[in-house]
Amino acid sequence: MKKLLLSVIGMYIGILAAFSQTTTDSVYKNRKLSFEEANLVSSFYGQNGNNSAVTGGIGTEKLTDISNSIDVKFSGYDKRYRKHSFTGDVGIDHYTSASSDKIDPKTISSASHADTRIYPSINWTMENEKKGSTIGVGVSYSTEFDYQSFGANISFAQKTKNKNGEFSAKISAYLDQVTLIYPIELRPANQQGGDHNDYATAPRNSINGELGYSQIINKNLQISFSGEMVYQQGYLALPFHRVYFNDNSVHIEKLPSTRIKVPLAFRANYFAGDKLIFRTWYRNYHDDWGIKSNAVQLETVYKITPFFSVTPFYRFYQQSAANQFAALQQHTSADEFYTSNYDLSKFNSNFFGAGFRIAPPNGIFKNKHINALELRYGHYQKTTGMNANIVTLHLKFK
Amino acid sequence: MKQKHFLMCCFAVTGMVLLNSCTTVKEYQKNKLNDSEMNLSSRKAEKTELNFLTYREGSSGGNGGKTGGGCGCN
Repeated sequence: MKKLLLSVIGMYIGILAAFSQTTTDSVYKNRKLSFEEANLVSSFYGQNGNNSAVTGGIGTEKLTDISNSIDVKFSGYDKRYRKHSFTGDVGIDHYTSASSDKIDPKTISSASHADTRIYPSINWTMENEKKGSTIGVGVSYSTEFDYQSFGANISFAQKTKNKNGEFSAKISAYLDQVTLIYPIELRPANQQGGDHNDYATAPRNSINGELGYSQIINKNLQISFSGEMVYQQGYLALPFHRVYFNDNSVHIEKLPSTRIKVPLAFRANYFAGDKLIFRTWYRNYHDDWGIKSNAVQLETVYKITPFFSVTPFYRFYQQSAANQFAALQQHTSADEFYTSNYDLSKFNSNFFGAGFRIAPPNGIFKNKHINALELRYGHYQKTTGMNANIVTLHLKFK
Repeated sequence: MKQKHFLMCCFAVTGMVLLNSCTTVKEYQKNKLNDSEMNLSSRKAEKTELNFLTYREGSSGGNGGKTGGGCGCN
């Protein structure tokens, strides 16, 4: 009887074990590469001012730029449960520039008054969720009428043991070619025809090293620090920038052939209560051309509902002038380097605006594939008198 | 130079104070930190803004934007 009872209990446990769920700690991971998300970003940018570098620091800076970019991300897991993500990104900018038209003012509307830039890139990352590490590589390309760029990067990130902190490192390199299109009056005789094949090119190479650390402070606050060092070498001026000396002679902008940039940045995001988020960012920058700058940005996100938020923002920026900068007719023939590009002058700037973001659970226009919509407007003012406006639309697809 | 040292000190002190006050936050306590608005990077909609700021200002970097390459800017 005792044996029979034990057999029945044994069979019962056996049946339970056979039909119960497995208790392994692994969760289902999609091994196939599947679509994760796509982002479409479209913007319209317009600026105006009266310090164009093409005409030696005076003249219109009027410029418009229509920009569209789309990125698509796919991800999947391998046999060792490492997450592989592939992101393809392509952007197209089309701009018209009144000042660029002054490179060759004899023409009614020169080829340089408008241009299109196309810039595709591909990135791959592999995340080991168990170890908390991520490695990545990427390549990029950019082409426009007078500029070509090849880029590559490798990155590594490692989470801390408690997964509340993350160290990251990234190295990028860009191998660029600048087409030497000089102002018409300064062109060599063989370039007067304006054929693209007539122009010479010069290299401009950049190597960027970046270290970062992010940390969760508590349930509402997280911060990050980053430090970069950028080394540039080659033709760092722009060949169509005029400089008028004090004797009224005209020259092509001349800048050193190397530049070292060091930006240090700090970011902190704080969730206050249930509806308010403060996003803050600060950057200190200096380089060996003599530019020192500070930039600070505060953005407030107010969640009117869990799916609708408004995002007013403000950014203040101040920089000192590059050693090579002087205004119109201030340079002398004794100067080794010279530019009248007001982007390298001493100025402050204010950038402010607002946006809103909608991300309803049923999707935008009840289309579940359109996950979120964001519209953002910003107004930019420099103390040099230049101002700009930008409107951006971001659609996220899932 | 004094300003640079002052800023470095501010960075270091802020960092030490914040890191010192860290508490370990478990995965199930991260609902606010996982909000998309809490992401420690620039938002996608800022992509073009970062580009034009790179063109129009003498400095760049520290925000995920470009610090060289890919355009005619410095």
